[in-house]
Amino acid sequence: MTGRRAVLAAAAVGAAVVAAAVPSLGLPQYYISLLTQTWIFGIAAMSLDLLVGFTGLVSFAQAAFFGTSAYMIAVLATQYHLVAFWPALGIALGTTAALAALFGLLALRGEGVTFIIITLALNEIVWGLAYQWVSVSGGDNGIAGFVRPPVFGLDLSGTAAFYRFTLAALLVCLALLAAIVRSPFGLVLRGVRDRPRRMAALGYAVQAFRYAAFVIAAVFTGVAGVLFAYYNEFVGPVNLSLDTAVQILIMVILGGVGTLLGPLAGAAVVVFVSNALSNLTQRWELILGAIYVAILLFARGGLVGIGHRVARVLGAATRGAGPAARPVMSPPPGGRGEP
Amino acid sequence: MTTGPWLEVRDLTVRFGSLVALDHVSLAVARGERRGIIGPNGAGKTTLFNTIAGEVASSAGGVVLAGRDITRLPPHRRASLGMARTFQTTMLCPRLTVLENVILSLAALRPVRRQFLVPLGRYRGLRDEALALLGQVGLDGRAAWPVRMLGHGEQRQVEILLALAQRPAVLLLDEPTAGLAAQDAALVTAMLREHSRDATIVLIEHDMEFVFDVVERITVLHYGRIVAEGTPEEIRAHETVREIYLGGAL
Repeated sequence: MTGRRAVLAAAAVGAAVVAAAVPSLGLPQYYISLLTQTWIFGIAAMSLDLLVGFTGLVSFAQAAFFGTSAYMIAVLATQYHLVAFWPALGIALGTTAALAALFGLLALRGEGVTFIIITLALNEIVWGLAYQWVSVSGGDNGIAGFVRPPVFGLDLSGTAAFYRFTLAALLVCLALLAAIVRSPFGLVLRGVRDRPRRMAALGYAVQAFRYAAFVIAAVFTGVAGVLFAYYNEFVGPVNLSLDTAVQILIMVILGGVGTLLGPLAGAAVVVFVSNALSNLTQRWELILGAIYVAILLFARGGLVGIGHRVARVLGAATRGAGPAARPVMSPPPGGRGEP
Repeated sequence: MTTGPWLEVRDLTVRFGSLVALDHVSLAVARGERRGIIGPNGAGKTTLFNTIAGEVASSAGGVVLAGRDITRLPPHRRASLGMARTFQTTMLCPRLTVLENVILSLAALRPVRRQFLVPLGRYRGLRDEALALLGQVGLDGRAAWPVRMLGHGEQRQVEILLALAQRPAVLLLDEPTAGLAAQDAALVTAMLREHSRDATIVLIEHDMEFVFDVVERITVLHYGRIVAEGTPEEIRAHETVREIYLGGAL
């Protein structure tokens, strides 16, 4: 373990401890709720980043998986009286995985824009189903009337307890996704993103790897959907609408594609800014849209890209006249930015 | 050990709409042979390659590798049977490092490629193997560089290294020295000479000196048909070939 990695690990543990302590700091409940939402959408955004940033697949179907999991929790609780957390979670994620297995077969018949359009259409189908299959989904009214079950004997009905629970879920998902990205499988995904033709010529079943990534990302997004259902104790068609799909994608792009932690930061920005703006003005979506466009135009690489640039400027400033000796294997200076 | 040809193209025809790109092409390459394929632009050389590699479907005829009919197999299945190739324009993963590109080549045909929770860094052997390969061609100093930062010649070397790393049964080289400056081309030629001694090679090339120098037999394509086949000397002396391709330059 190098010094840099030790520092990063310490910083991560520190950040997690601080985050866990937040409810004890006397913050208004409102902010704790927003942070809870951030952790939930952070999971969804990170899982979409596995597709967009690491596999090169831009999917608009993520809301379908988010919403399907959420609806499963609500339907199981209200119509089948299955309220226990672990069985409900298992069934919800299983259903989502099955849906993703089907959608993946359909969407991966196309590449690039075709793939995007198919995922968009599939998301609309699921939305339409939730909107019109009133006997199961409650239609426009959605489903209410279920509460958070205890997990490991812990009562999650309070804001602080549920906050810590979502934080723990976020950390588990982050650890798993980071492991996937750093594994040989993760390297194959990045190869598939860069040059699918080359990867096929090397012997990789490109479509199978894309398919695996698609299903894995859907299951993680399903975790976020389950948490969101419990967070609101309500589900409605908006949870699997194209709006939600776009919002998750914006979190990814805003935060920095292919960075995992970037999309988490993107989720924080979208959750906090949209709430703050909606308190100020009714036209908040207009302002939010302008902010997105500005970031896309002027800050490619998203928040993580801005961070890198600031670090580079600071690094250049502190290094002063005599640049430190570079290790033999490091790339040439100025090599980080995309061409 | 098979006694027949190692790589066989049987009566291959490829049509794109009304265009006949390959017209009943047959080719038999022995194990360990180095075969050159030449022909003017548009003769069908790259189409022949893409059909052998599985990227282009044949309209009729087939491809046999080591006695096995691979005509219907997709590219990655052919690769798993020992077919490796380079592309005319270098095709590497530009955002990955040189080392990662080589590791991807090594891992392609091993179960490790599906390992999805153990960090890559844990596979020391894979990394060392990749570094050793890079060392053989003098590129170990570039291991941590993103591929896109390498020069043309170096990228082409990595491209060939990816193919060689798999110890392929058949190596398809699509104009390995095309577009390279003279000294880079020399580097690539030297690398091929040194590191592919026992490989079976099929090579497309425009650079005549290079072809005549490196291969044992040459097949000449013209308008999708084979017009001549023989040793470099025979091809040099071949009347039709001189007319249609070499323009009497030799």
